[in-house]
Amino acid sequence: MPFPMTPLAVTAYTATSAIGSGLAAQLDALRHARSGLRPNDISSVPLACWIGRVDGVEDAALPAALASWDCRNNRLAWLGLNQDGFLERVRAARSRYGAARVALLLGTSTASIGATEEAYRRLDADGGFADDMLRPMIHTPHSLAAFVAAVLELEGPCLTISTACSSSAKVFANAERMIRLGLVDAAVVGGVDTLCDSVLFGFNALELVSSAPCRPFDAARDGISIGEAAGFALLERAELAPDAPQLLGYGEASDAHHMSTPHPEGLGAELALNDALARAGLDAAQVDYINLHGTASQKNDEVEAALVSRAFPPRTRASSTKGFTGHTLGAAGIVEATIALLAIEHGLIPGNLGGATPDPVCGAQFAWRSEQQRVDVALSNSFGFGGNNACLAFARAGFAA
Amino acid sequence: MSASRVYVEGIGLWSPQLADFSALQTLLAGAMPTPPVRPAAATLPPNERRRAPESVLLAVEVAGQAVAMSGRDAATLACVFASSHGDQPITDYMCATLAQAPTELSPIRFHNSVHNAPVGYWTIATGCHAPSTAVAAQRASFGAGLLEAVSQVLAEQRAVLLVCSDTAGSGPLDEVTGCRQPFGCALVLAPRAGPSTLAQLDLRLTAASPDTPLDEPLAGWRAGNPSAAGLSLLALLAGGPGHCQLAAAATLGLRIDMENVA
Repeated sequence: MPFPMTPLAVTAYTATSAIGSGLAAQLDALRHARSGLRPNDISSVPLACWIGRVDGVEDAALPAALASWDCRNNRLAWLGLNQDGFLERVRAARSRYGAARVALLLGTSTASIGATEEAYRRLDADGGFADDMLRPMIHTPHSLAAFVAAVLELEGPCLTISTACSSSAKVFANAERMIRLGLVDAAVVGGVDTLCDSVLFGFNALELVSSAPCRPFDAARDGISIGEAAGFALLERAELAPDAPQLLGYGEASDAHHMSTPHPEGLGAELALNDALARAGLDAAQVDYINLHGTASQKNDEVEAALVSRAFPPRTRASSTKGFTGHTLGAAGIVEATIALLAIEHGLIPGNLGGATPDPVCGAQFAWRSEQQRVDVALSNSFGFGGNNACLAFARAGFAA
Repeated sequence: MSASRVYVEGIGLWSPQLADFSALQTLLAGAMPTPPVRPAAATLPPNERRRAPESVLLAVEVAGQAVAMSGRDAATLACVFASSHGDQPITDYMCATLAQAPTELSPIRFHNSVHNAPVGYWTIATGCHAPSTAVAAQRASFGAGLLEAVSQVLAEQRAVLLVCSDTAGSGPLDEVTGCRQPFGCALVLAPRAGPSTLAQLDLRLTAASPDTPLDEPLAGWRAGNPSAAGLSLLALLAGGPGHCQLAAAATLGLRIDMENVA
């Protein structure tokens, strides 16, 4: 059993996805069941599928001093950092604690591999990278975190977590450990992933991509819609911010089953859930809302719906929001963590968009349409290739388990 | 801030010149060890071993060595697998294929391209349900991975397997990664001293400062592979006691004081 943890304050957070830039746009789309999915218009050659593309990434030019970091992923990071006053909140934390006492922990699945793909599409005559692509720092998984460290002028621990689709959920765990041990006083966590050929054609090769907008937990679901997103949160000790929502717990576990399909009984997902509840000191019956991983793949949704049915009472509400944003891969953890936080802050249970004909495996917990009710405790599930599972638990300010 | 103390129970190492940690000890004693052919990765079932990509073979080989030395059950260890660049032959294959015939991309190579493929294969082969992670920090991946592993050891009071490995560069990508040869190393770290303890490490975060220089014959190794940054600590563990300085991030240093135990 894990040690119960002292809650941490989430003193600032933001998200940018296909349903808009910043929290107000996310909330508005979630309230009004407005999907951000559109027919694929981004791959280098046509591929019939739907995508969650963020508007305005191309126009989010980096400041001149940061121009050498330019690529789609870092533009999306820049666009995301500039929402909801997040940059100012980090600046304040940096001056309060010192640049070396704030950790930067970011999840990404493919970082700026899109730039490496581009370099390969236009190799020069002798088969090497064109001069403008000879920028080693954008052709590495650490590209995103190194860029954001430069933007935020942070000098503490700086780590990329890349465990596929659980990446930017796990960063909350890294942050909690570092703060608990006194290695740092605060942490910026988050994640960014952008649409690129690697993921579009890769998931297509695995026959996991739907040709229609994804339908999580629908009886006729036939695959995922890939999206892109950026999200960030600032974590500090709770006693310094008694009015902020809290990270109550987290759980991490491995399936030890298969590289690209989940454990048939959801073993790792359940271990992560139980670990998160134990660390938070919560009983499953206290959970008001669960933002599910719900990718709309056959297997994930079947396994996850069964887990919800056996672990939670009917009053707990559950939904996937992938029908809004698409599956944002390494950014899914942070985007859906912010949706859990919005649920707490605004009493909004987002409806499970795309589930018009619910799979009979789904229990009474599913919120097929948005609901308005008080949410004190919200969970977020994130599962990745390699059988990598994470579960986060958030609560309203002042909540005592 | 007080030092973070952890105990080393197992050490793994593989490079084209060194089959394991004892080969490093042989080399540092002035003799020439017999170079290995390829990483055996004996922990993988034979069919997986035949199909596994290079990054997986390398990581599993050093992980298996370190766990065997510790005498611990691999299924009980939380896993932190660090790599600066992941599997470069697969990245090269993917980008080249996407540039020419994207719809012909191999599904298996795609799922093997995720940064957590080595730790995924490792947890599957060892039946490990413990938390596992895959991390990167450019040239500081070893120090940053070590810091993450140590934070798990101390915060959760459990033993952790740390692996740091990088394949050689491949194709046009090699020009920007500059990896001339594969290198992997691994440590099993524990919160308390026990019968398998080999050494005690005290770690402190410091301002950024240059990594401890490596003496010959290792002097040039770090330049050829970012994971070889771990050699500063491994050389200390081979000789010790003493201290070394590593990068924990581009702007952060890590001072490690090592004492032999047993």
